[in-house]
Amino acid sequence: MALKGADIMKKLPKTNCKECGCATCFAFAMKLATGGAKLDDCPYLDPEVRTELESAMAPPVKLVTVGTGEEALVIGEEEVMFRHEKTFFHEPGLAVLVSDREGEPEVEEIIARIHELRFERIGHTLRVNLLALSNESGDRDTFVARVGKASKATDLPLILISGDTDTLFSAAALCADRRPLVYPITAENVSAAIPKIKELGVPAGVKGESLDEVISVTSQLKDAGIEQCVIDPGSKDLLEGIRDQTLIRRAALKKGFRPLGYPTMAFPCFMYQDKFEEALAAAALMIRYTGIVVTSLTEKDLVFPLLVHRFNIYSDPRRPMTVEEKVYEISHPDENSPVLISTNYALDFFIVSGAIEEANIPAFLCIKDTGGIGVLAAWTSGKFTGEAIADFLAKFEVESRVKHRKLIIPGVAKKLKEELEEELPSWEIILGPSEASDIPKFLSEKWKA
Amino acid sequence: MAYEAPLEKYPVKIREVILGGGEKARKIGGENALPLHFFEGSLPNPPGLALEVLDTRPENWAPWILEPFEDVASDPMSWAKKCVEEFGAEILCLRLLSTDPAGKDASPGEAAKTVEQVVKAVDVPLVVLGTGDEEKDSQVLIEVARVCSGKNFLLGPVLKGNYQEIAQAALEHGHCIVAQASMDANLTKELNIALCKFFPPERIVVDPTSSALGYGMEYTFSIIESIKLFGLADRDNMMQMPVFADVGIECWRTKEAKESRDQGVLWEATTGITFLLAGANLLVLRHPEALRLIKKITTP
Ligand code: B12
Ligand code: SF4
Repeated sequence: MALKGADIMKKLPKTNCKECGCATCFAFAMKLATGGAKLDDCPYLDPEVRTELESAMAPPVKLVTVGTGEEALVIGEEEVMFRHEKTFFHEPGLAVLVSDREGEPEVEEIIARIHELRFERIGHTLRVNLLALSNESGDRDTFVARVGKASKATDLPLILISGDTDTLFSAAALCADRRPLVYPITAENVSAAIPKIKELGVPAGVKGESLDEVISVTSQLKDAGIEQCVIDPGSKDLLEGIRDQTLIRRAALKKGFRPLGYPTMAFPCFMYQDKFEEALAAAALMIRYTGIVVTSLTEKDLVFPLLVHRFNIYSDPRRPMTVEEKVYEISHPDENSPVLISTNYALDFFIVSGAIEEANIPAFLCIKDTGGIGVLAAWTSGKFTGEAIADFLAKFEVESRVKHRKLIIPGVAKKLKEELEEELPSWEIILGPSEASDIPKFLSEKWKA
Repeated sequence: MAYEAPLEKYPVKIREVILGGGEKARKIGGENALPLHFFEGSLPNPPGLALEVLDTRPENWAPWILEPFEDVASDPMSWAKKCVEEFGAEILCLRLLSTDPAGKDASPGEAAKTVEQVVKAVDVPLVVLGTGDEEKDSQVLIEVARVCSGKNFLLGPVLKGNYQEIAQAALEHGHCIVAQASMDANLTKELNIALCKFFPPERIVVDPTSSALGYGMEYTFSIIESIKLFGLADRDNMMQMPVFADVGIECWRTKEAKESRDQGVLWEATTGITFLLAGANLLVLRHPEALRLIKKITTP
């Protein structure tokens, strides 16, 4: 739980010696509370107090890393129950489950398909992030062989799933340097698993049939010095999932309850037979706090909505995504090329510039600073009005770039057309389509300088 | 440290609003917990999932959204019947697209006649929506309220600029209203306060305006969620109206929904369940499969 500056102050030496770089101990306490200073900066802290403060100030949800390198998944350290209170920080991992009953060529083929599930959107790469290999065959050699193969075929982080602890760790030993998540660590196998987890240094996927069981396992792991854990509360359907995930997040954030202070996982792939139901449950579980969502989905049409959904929910509500205000030249326009205008809401810029590129007609795309607000909301609040746009055209000397005087505006902004006709009598104001996706058709059929 | 489940109890609840009449009347709202939090509160009414019916043959719809209605698309009565009988809709949303001043500009009388016919064809509760044009909607919805007096429709959208006339008519003729205020919880509250000076709060449903996955969904999500928390956690009784979300119309105009059937269905279902988890009590959907999916995974 976050400590207040005043609480921290009580535990400091109160000598105001300034060695921490702060004028007083109190100033240091305030800085610590807001994350602007480190405990290390004060050399005079009593070691006991230090440990106490350290654990009180530790983030309530542990940061856990699965995998290594660029593809590593980092989850945890969430601070709020509701995204509007601040933001959600670490996007959940989307894992695809693969059974070791699949032959080697099939596993390779699935991996190749997963690698293709990558999409560019608003300057970000959306992708599936983990491969979960499950020992459905029950055979140790088969599982080890598949894991060996898979770990060579992909850089994605791995989740290794086997009900047989020996099998699980034999496979983990093969790729321990890749930090696979080993699952399930349960009340039954935790004692046997502890030495192996320590030896291999891999994160532990803890599974319990109830939260009490989860707590007993994470507590034993913690006593053994293992805190890289991800919790699966064993939810059987979406409603159980919402209950379990909510209680875990609340216990960690609101009660500072350490044994549940870990990121979580859930298995929509075992909850629903129908792939659409599975995808929808996965989307819902992403909203409700789940750190890793394991599905069986590799179809582009089912995975893409899920990835956009995750991107939306984990976007930062404190600041809209923006791009720079300027005139963008798309595909080397000349003095006869069309001029279009939109806002600096990143979504607008990417959708409209993408549509112009698709049209294959070079163009000037004017991007007006609206504080990252889209067309209609910006028009209503006075940031994308006739006057504001006229100022923009003057500021960026648009008239000197083209011979014609034609400005294409978003089709949804009907009233803006009248405003602009008044502000810019020498310009012809053309109402474009309402949907950016219709821009290619519009330009190729209608554009003439 | 002993574990005790951190349950949260709210001493207040969202108002229960009754839609329609007779055996098929449906209640929405009435819960004293966050969405689907069956483990800590009472949620007496499942979220209302309405299917949309247009009074005009749709234009530019992707084949897979038109396909379920292909045979009935030119006839709102058959369309409504099919939604109820074949797709199991418990609520319908009739959108009076024909009245759009920038389109066909049908008269209030013509629109009301269509509504009357649909009411005769089906017995489930009806949401009746205008096009969002303040002036025209007020003429159209007043006429609909009058002609279908006593039918307990949910009429909307009622805006700051036309709430007085429409709410007055709804009051006289026994209907509920959708109070729409764009994207700002404070504006939602202001409009509720203004309405409640003469209109019963238990007949108001609020619409903070919707959006689609990938096109502003996260904003609508957070605004619905904050309205719900103002109502339950902060006990603000002007924020305890059930929430309405117009999902289908937003989703099916996106490029992504038009790309493929599967992607379109999930685009709509994902947006719908997102608003439902934020706290929406009534969703307007277009594709019957989106409705089926949402219902399936949220029903206890
Ligand atoms: C999300 C949202 C917000 C977010 C803004 C998010 C953002 N970064 O823009 C927030 C919560 C901040 C917001 C606030 C407000 N909003 Co608002 N908001 C919406 C909502 C739900 C979705 C808008 C959205 O993001 N659409 C997606 C983007 C991509 O759409 P777009 O910018 O129009 O771009 C599309 C097309 O226009 C086209 N396009 C874009 N550029 C160009 C250029 C050319 C040349 C062409 C041809 C095409 C083209 O391509 C895009 C995709 O096809 C809409 C309702 C709705 N469903 O539309 C209301 C809506 C836009 N908001 C509205 C209002 C009134 C407001 C406020 C003024 C209300 C208030 N509380 O004061 C504020 C003002 C904001 C401010 N502070 O300045 C109204 C506008 C009414 C109108 N004029 O018709 C709307 C329509 C809601 C309504 N029905 O009443 N809003
Ligand atoms: S170094 Fe420690 S004792 Fe010295 S002023 Fe800073 S907090 Fe106080």
